[in-house]
Amino acid sequence: MTAATQGDLSTLTSKELHHKIVNKDISVMELVELFLNRIEQYDPQLNAYITVVQDKARAQAIEVDNKIRSGELNHPLAGVPYALKDLFCTKGILTTCGSNMLRNFKSPYDATVYDKLNHAGAVLLGKVNMDEFAMGSSNENSAFGVVRNPWDTSRVPGGSSGGSAAAIAAGLAPYSLGSDTGGSVRQPASYCGISSIKPTYGRISRYGMTAYASSLDQCGPMARSAEDMALILQTISGFDVRDSTSANMPVPDYSATLNEPLTGLRIGIPKEFFADGLDAGVAKVINEAVEQFKRLGATVKEVSLPNSHLSVAAYYVIAPAEASANLSRFDGVRFGHSCDAPTNLQDLYERSRWEGFGDEVKRRIVIGTYALSSGYYDAYYLKAQKIRRLIKNDFVAAFNDVDVLMGPVTPTTAFKIGEKSDDPIAMYLGDIYTLPISLAGVPALSIPVGFSDNLPVGLQIIGDYFNEAKLLNVAHQYQQVTDWHRQSPIAFSGV
Amino acid sequence: MAQWETVIGLEIHAQLATKSKIFSGASTAYGAEPNTQACAVDLGLPGVLPVLNEDAVYKAVIFGMAIEAHIAPYSVFARKNYFYPDLPKGYQISQMDLPIVGIGHIDIEVDGETKRIGVTRAHLEEDAGKSLHESFHGLSGIDLNRAGTPLLEIVSEPDLRSAKEAVAYMRTLHELVRYLGICDGNMQEGSFRCDANVSVRPKGQAEFGTRAEIKNINSFKFVEKAINHEIARQIELIENGGTVVQETRLYDSVKDETRSMRSKEEANDYRYFPDPDLLPVHISEDFKAQIKAELPELPKAKKQRFKTEYALDDENATILTSSRPLADYFEAVVKQSGCEAKLCANWMTGTLSAALNKAGLDIIDSPVNEQRFASLLARIADNTISGNIAKQVFEALWQGTDTTDEIIEAQGLKQITDTGAIEAIITEIIAANAKQVEQYRGGNEKMFGFFVGQVMKAMQGKANPAEVNKILNAKLS
Repeated sequence: MTAATQGDLSTLTSKELHHKIVNKDISVMELVELFLNRIEQYDPQLNAYITVVQDKARAQAIEVDNKIRSGELNHPLAGVPYALKDLFCTKGILTTCGSNMLRNFKSPYDATVYDKLNHAGAVLLGKVNMDEFAMGSSNENSAFGVVRNPWDTSRVPGGSSGGSAAAIAAGLAPYSLGSDTGGSVRQPASYCGISSIKPTYGRISRYGMTAYASSLDQCGPMARSAEDMALILQTISGFDVRDSTSANMPVPDYSATLNEPLTGLRIGIPKEFFADGLDAGVAKVINEAVEQFKRLGATVKEVSLPNSHLSVAAYYVIAPAEASANLSRFDGVRFGHSCDAPTNLQDLYERSRWEGFGDEVKRRIVIGTYALSSGYYDAYYLKAQKIRRLIKNDFVAAFNDVDVLMGPVTPTTAFKIGEKSDDPIAMYLGDIYTLPISLAGVPALSIPVGFSDNLPVGLQIIGDYFNEAKLLNVAHQYQQVTDWHRQSPIAFSGV
Repeated sequence: MAQWETVIGLEIHAQLATKSKIFSGASTAYGAEPNTQACAVDLGLPGVLPVLNEDAVYKAVIFGMAIEAHIAPYSVFARKNYFYPDLPKGYQISQMDLPIVGIGHIDIEVDGETKRIGVTRAHLEEDAGKSLHESFHGLSGIDLNRAGTPLLEIVSEPDLRSAKEAVAYMRTLHELVRYLGICDGNMQEGSFRCDANVSVRPKGQAEFGTRAEIKNINSFKFVEKAINHEIARQIELIENGGTVVQETRLYDSVKDETRSMRSKEEANDYRYFPDPDLLPVHISEDFKAQIKAELPELPKAKKQRFKTEYALDDENATILTSSRPLADYFEAVVKQSGCEAKLCANWMTGTLSAALNKAGLDIIDSPVNEQRFASLLARIADNTISGNIAKQVFEALWQGTDTTDEIIEAQGLKQITDTGAIEAIITEIIAANAKQVEQYRGGNEKMFGFFVGQVMKAMQGKANPAEVNKILNAKLS
């Protein structure tokens, strides 16, 4: 293979790669070697991967090659390599959650989504970097170091699924599974110029996905196109007896409706998403994208999500409250970091947790513990839940009149590494357009729609509950007439 | 000196007899090697999620129905947060604001009086594991086999006024949960244990005194002793000018005393909040109707029915309804033997019960099952054997596998009702005991027993006692 072919292959979609495998243009093994090579060459600049599973990937490649040749495997993702955010439990492979607490942790069981991808014949390349325990919007909160944005390595890739987004953007994996609690797949996708979807809460099993905030956490496919996201979502969705909060509803054929025309599509533009604080460059790109949808036959009207401004406050009570309990299991007793020579039980707890957790995790545990404390519960947790209900009602009302909502994913493009590190409030406010969706539990996706000052800008498309098919259809139609999703950072386009 | 009134409320933890744990598929069987019955969910590994065991819900609801309680159409699991090594997740999944069983009641009997005790609520929760502090290389060990075992915590109103009432309440509840088949009631294994909230107040005072909670008492005897000790402690404290502080105390059964474990100030802030991993539990009217149809006859109703239907006295009715297997056994024996119920009751509370006690067996493990016991009683009723001989046959039934009829046949125990044969023997005996005949005829009526004994001895106990009496009477008069 020439250098040019390698670079080309690394920018293909999962669907295209699968076709090349089926057409015998390339074997699974060759494809795996190509990505392993690229990881070796480029990842030192990005730090996207925490663990690369070379041997396992090669062994799996042989197996999948054989099964595809024998006709045993014909899943549309068969043979396509991918990366998992390092909070999905994978038997025999480290699952660090970006934390010193789990630096050496190997799960004895597999997450449901990993299990499903294994059955589909997808080939795991490795586990990718993330903000510690999925807490963060910049990937600076990782015990394994910051991840850099392939479009400008002085900038953050976003978070918490920053490793996933950077790896895809730089051609170090065709797709990845991230997790989204308050925007953690949409925001990094927007910063890195790739596509991602946070499905309706309950669409995908959470079993084996290390919990941050259980009522908000949802696995999210991150990929090069809406078409790829449809395939991935199809593969990993569905009811799981091991997750009571997974939806017991049939999974539609997401690929089947991708080509429906958008004539008559009713788009709502939430006016609150275009108020003060939105960067002018980002606003311009978003408005151009909306114009493109008009040309595709959609109608556009302004709508209101009047309580969305409360989402940051509500989210940063609810998520830390749940996290404070979810992270109690990391106590140095059974697994994970355990301090040296504890003098007594209290010492074991205090030092193991103090040494194991990073600053942002500690901050959220303290916030959450406080919010749930006797005497404060009503004022914080209960009030936040009421706000959550109001926000949900806003969306329900909006979808009475429109099919989808559109707006920016973030107020700005990717910021500089270190720029907001000392200002958690500024960091939290950057989540303002993604949090209302998470609190309501509705699905939303992020697709690249242009650049502002040479940095990618993502459009957020929000749908009604369990209407992922519509979102993917809308995104796919846009990607049929534009090529923003096919742009790759030049610095990573070679061998 | 003031007259004191005691106020007691009990919190009883009944372990529900489900096959698997409340939120995982691991077995609940007791006594396995440490940590062999703890799966990924029980260990609280990253990424695991709880899934509610429907049987635990069923058992909680059937309990609620049995105490005529309000069954919540909508109940919620909550996380109770605290750190302890035997609590793998750092929180216990329990219920707080919306328990599955609401207000109900239990009637207890103390000194022949019936008293109604209010039940505030009953909620589902998971048990913790066990810390093993003894002989583990100088360290503490953790056994998580018990972690996740379903518990029903039954909270009473502060309606109990003495240790005696508390014990009666606990016994009634113990009997009820076993009747319902929702708990094995094994107190040694911790399947049924109790926390007691105890306070005292001057008689006539409306407000409650400050209470102390005595934790984890696992026998009826200890409940009585612990409460009585605590009452005495509180009264003595107040009478000496002190005040009771709200605290948690532990009962030491060896020293027979309670001692402070932690005060109110040291109490945990459990930071309860609804568990986002579990959906609220919806109990439909259909589900309730189904359970109602499956609700067994309860101890009180059964006892009343035994009195009227079988004409049993209070004592026998109480004993025979003290457990469902015993009551079922009794009814089967009455039906299969065709005997008078009173005879069955007497034999059960007498011979059978003595043999079971001696062997330390429960009725369900009796070597003589209801069918074999019924056939024995049937042979008494049809005069094949006498009561005395029947005891001999029972022994043989207990020891071996032969049927009643095989034993009677093999040992030649069949009762002789042939009047000719009895008469011949009696004639011989009267002839051989002239002196005794004279005494009897002279007014010593006790001598009648002597003759009966002689006849029975001569006939190896097989003579029909009624015939013997009749013929002896005729011959001696």
